[in-house]
Amino acid sequence: MKPFLELTSRVVPLLRDDVDTDQIIPARYLTVTDRSGLAEGLFAAWRSDPASPLADPRGAQILLAGHNFGCGSSREHAPWALLAGGYRCVIARSFADIFRQNALRNGLLPVALDERPHARLVTSLEEDPRLTVRVDLFATTVSWRDHLARFPIDGFARECLLGGVDALGYLLARDAEIAAFETRRGAA
Amino acid sequence: MQNKTLFDKVWDAHVVHEAPGRPTILYIDLHLVHEVTSPQAFAGLEARKIGVRRPERTLATMDHSTPTRPGGLAIVGDAGRKQLEMLARRCAEHGIEIYDLDSPNNGIVHVVAPEQGRTHPGMTVVCGDSHTSTHGAFGALAFGIGTTEVEHVLATQCLLQYRPASFEVRFDGAARPGVTAKDLVLALIAEIGVGGGTGHVLEYTGEAIRALSMEGRMTLCNMSIEAGARAGMVAPDDVTFEYLAGRPGAPRDFDAAVARWRELATDEGATFARAITLDASAITPRITWGTTPAMNVALDEPIPAPDSDAARRALEYMRLTPGKPLLGQPVDVVFIGSCTNSRLDDLRLAASVFDGRAVKGGVRALVVPGSRAVKRAAEAEGLDQVFTRAGAEWREPGCSMCLAMNGDEVPPGHLAVSTSNRNFEGRQGPGSRTLLASPLTAAASAVTGVVTDARTLAGLS
Repeated sequence: MKPFLELTSRVVPLLRDDVDTDQIIPARYLTVTDRSGLAEGLFAAWRSDPASPLADPRGAQILLAGHNFGCGSSREHAPWALLAGGYRCVIARSFADIFRQNALRNGLLPVALDERPHARLVTSLEEDPRLTVRVDLFATTVSWRDHLARFPIDGFARECLLGGVDALGYLLARDAEIAAFETRRGAA
Repeated sequence: MQNKTLFDKVWDAHVVHEAPGRPTILYIDLHLVHEVTSPQAFAGLEARKIGVRRPERTLATMDHSTPTRPGGLAIVGDAGRKQLEMLARRCAEHGIEIYDLDSPNNGIVHVVAPEQGRTHPGMTVVCGDSHTSTHGAFGALAFGIGTTEVEHVLATQCLLQYRPASFEVRFDGAARPGVTAKDLVLALIAEIGVGGGTGHVLEYTGEAIRALSMEGRMTLCNMSIEAGARAGMVAPDDVTFEYLAGRPGAPRDFDAAVARWRELATDEGATFARAITLDASAITPRITWGTTPAMNVALDEPIPAPDSDAARRALEYMRLTPGKPLLGQPVDVVFIGSCTNSRLDDLRLAASVFDGRAVKGGVRALVVPGSRAVKRAAEAEGLDQVFTRAGAEWREPGCSMCLAMNGDEVPPGHLAVSTSNRNFEGRQGPGSRTLLASPLTAAASAVTGVVTDARTLAGLS
């Protein structure tokens, strides 16, 4: 996993609630056996509309959405496809549980903003579609123009992202505890 | 001792390690695997040169990209076949039991594990599939995970998790005849929304839940994820134990297991972080009108006037008009199947409608059993004859038209009544329009050609 420290980028607006993982990557693209080839399927239906900002993100690495982003299927192909499409961060009001976890495990930063800073960011982007936003994972802040907002992230996930470390290493290092648990349970 | 909920008891019994500021290491009793979300996880193990820690706690099936016409692997497209062959090879290498296309136990992962008796009360169950919540019907803590987490479980039999909050969903009163578990759960999702359960594990309680069969409880828990919940659970009782007794995977010392399982019920006085009560007796058959499962109404209730951009967009996509009910709306396709509604009980309900009736001309009706065992049981009762005599297609088991990755698709623009779980844009094929409903409503709509309340058909009141 590529470390995530900070990011300064333009923003693609997708101002909808409940963007489901079937929209992010439809099931017909899930026949892959590796993580490649998913960029083509990213937002396949919505990107076919040339008027959609998704059609040509022009190098933007931040997606701005509403509530409950990534609901539905557990497919990790959703963050893989977003990363393949050049995105490194999704700013939203809230995220579906499985998507948030999948995103964190792949270095795609899910930033949940409260209502007021989210609304301010939406307004700023409407005023200036070329607006650049800075996301700082070390400081856990999002900033643009003279605005600054904090976002929550659990400490463990933040350490993994900052270090570019896969959580599997943490689990493998607890092998003795896992074995002890299995012995305890087996004896019960 | 502190009073605990069912969820508390199952969670606490699986904590391997806890440290401040760190997620809990949670032990997983049963890991279910299918072809679509596992290839990259096995590849990860191979890259690290590590094996599967507990192959005997892992069970694989083939369901998502499998054909529902006879012919097996030979008729699967190249990409899908590669996925299926890769899963078979890796299961052989790692000593994982697999219900492949030649197995009499093959079928949808959330149908086959319970019917083989592999899902037990008090277990932790995970799968790279969001509808793993289904297994909560047994009083298991069961939830969907991503592929990275599939790799974690294969390698360590554990997951890193933060403890979710508990949420009691009580259905007081008795459900009326003709009102199914699907209608109850759609009513709940309409009430709390598609994000209403985020961060929570639901426990379904109350008279109407106790009265449900295991099949009904599985339908209910299956759709918990459509409310955004981490999982849904029902405390095990005699209905659960009778279902499990005699199944191949049931514990050898069954009576001792039952005695343990009885202890799992939520203690008197235990508290939930959140709670909601619904009156089951006031719920009537429901149907979705929009592009999320929360956008649903009673069959005779008018489609609401849009109160949000999302609702406006949904109505535009669905090409439906607010202000009048869906009853009488012409339909093109009826799909009866999926991990939500493809078990024997569901097929019996559908057959009760099809019996002595015919699928309306111009409507395509597809009945896809959840597993080979369901298919055999249905055929032993003659249900296949009922379906085919009526003009419905009787298929091989699989996920099929629920997510349309095996070639079973709703054509662009066509309107389908489906017993599946998601009415997202394009879910059943690009441009497909989906109305989610119960097997009764789906079958009744197939024979009349329009959205129909089965309770109004002769002989079904």
